[in-house]
Amino acid sequence: MDLRSRSEDSLQVVSVHDSRIDAAVAIEFKEAMRSATDSGNDTVVLDLSEVQFIDSSGLGAIVAAMKQMGQSRKLALAGLTPTVEKVFRLTRMDSVFPVFPTLDGALTELKT
Amino acid sequence: MTRTTFLPAFHISVVSGRLAVRHALAQLLDGLKPLALDVEEAGTVELVMAEALNNIVEHAYPETDASGPIDITCAHEDDGLHLTVTDSGRAMPDGQTPVGTAAEIDVDFCDMPEGGFGWFLIKDLAKDVTYQRQDNQNRLRLRLAVALA
Repeated sequence: MDLRSRSEDSLQVVSVHDSRIDAAVAIEFKEAMRSATDSGNDTVVLDLSEVQFIDSSGLGAIVAAMKQMGQSRKLALAGLTPTVEKVFRLTRMDSVFPVFPTLDGALTELKT
Repeated sequence: MTRTTFLPAFHISVVSGRLAVRHALAQLLDGLKPLALDVEEAGTVELVMAEALNNIVEHAYPETDASGPIDITCAHEDDGLHLTVTDSGRAMPDGQTPVGTAAEIDVDFCDMPEGGFGWFLIKDLAKDVTYQRQDNQNRLRLRLAVALA
């Protein structure tokens, strides 16, 4: 699972450089997110713009990533492609996470 | 536009294992290419079948059991794609598919669900979902209302 992390002012951006977050990699993704967000900024933006497909295991892993960051921090999602957006919408998980159509939009909104 | 030609039925076989679902989905979407499904329809097919197949890999052939065959047939008809998934693994508990109610999300932070979305997605997106246990095989049938005539 290829996750790349960088800082943007007060924000941490974690970009997923894989096309799928599915059952085959869900545990690996959760652990990679744990390392990436272990210490660091209060607000993390997960850039999903390269992810074409997510299943319920991948969705669960993103929820787990949010929970392991703790309630005092925020995990925002950016750049959802159509099928990823569909999964979040149908399960109503788009009401649990701040969701932004683009990474730039997320950065603009969250920096202020 | 009225569809006058239908994709001939086709069959996919994989052996359960960590990458079985990815391989099966890639073959399925490849087989559906002549239909030129849009991203919405292709997403529905991939999502429903991913959930159905993940369940088989996880529950019908758990890691403690030997791996086994998963067979998929896909038939294209007036009312969409008719998919049949057969495996020789463990039976569905209670002899039926889970109800597939939506996971409760109006809960405390630490109780946010990390699972239980799979059958909800299948039943939300697929039609005519039926399950049969016969001759030591599980047979799941469902219809996806895509590529309609």
